[in-house]
Amino acid sequence: MSRCERGHMETIQTTLDSTLQTADTAEELVLKEAAKLGLEEDEQHQIGMAVRECTVNAVVHGNRYNKNKKVHLQIERSEKDLTVVIGDEGEGFDINSLPDPLAPENLLRQSGRGLMLARAFMDEFDLHPRPGGGTEVRLAKHLTKA
Amino acid sequence: MSVKLTSRQVGDVTVIDAAGRVTLGEGASAFRDAIRNFAAKGDKKLLLNLADVSYIDSSGIGEMVSGFTTVTNGGGQLKLVGLSKRVKDLLQITKLYTVFEAFDDEAEAVRSFH
Repeated sequence: MSRCERGHMETIQTTLDSTLQTADTAEELVLKEAAKLGLEEDEQHQIGMAVRECTVNAVVHGNRYNKNKKVHLQIERSEKDLTVVIGDEGEGFDINSLPDPLAPENLLRQSGRGLMLARAFMDEFDLHPRPGGGTEVRLAKHLTKA
Repeated sequence: MSVKLTSRQVGDVTVIDAAGRVTLGEGASAFRDAIRNFAAKGDKKLLLNLADVSYIDSSGIGEMVSGFTTVTNGGGQLKLVGLSKRVKDLLQITKLYTVFEAFDDEAEAVRSFH
């Protein structure tokens, strides 16, 4: 894990294994930074859950638990924002191809709600191809939400 | 702590008390197994008490939905009680409040089965 401080910006970068333990690790790391930013407890919980959902997605659907593939986590904390980037080394996918979990016919599906929750809990959510392969999701929370 | 599940009878209603974290892995699996076991035993009136659940993720929510389907398909009912604000928020965001019957008060929830 590397930690870099530049002015009011602190960046943490780490590479994690494709196991479910990684979801706990990523959530813990991000929650520590969210607490430093002074976000309220409920907001911290939401950030933690968004990170957990996206990390699980990277491990399960992206890397498919492949021990040779890694999850790439970057946490960036400024005075007013917390930005988290979670990348996998999977085959990539089109988020628009996913079934809408809120459609009446999908309400009783067992899975498919994780990314929707992450999007709902964060101020910014962007999912795109990761440079070099895989998928990357960028999550951001602002200290002063309008 | 992963989830801890215990059960008790209140009349003919089986109350499942859940405590801890219901997340992908052991927690969500235990959740699924418990609900399915009660349904397989023929229990038709199941009340899931989430008052002591500190954390539930989309996988845990998925297992609740799966349990609901299993119980309903078997002619039973699965209802919820003791939802924290966070769980209520999750049910709102996922629109599952339209699926689950949820109560704040256990006695009221038990009465609703009759």
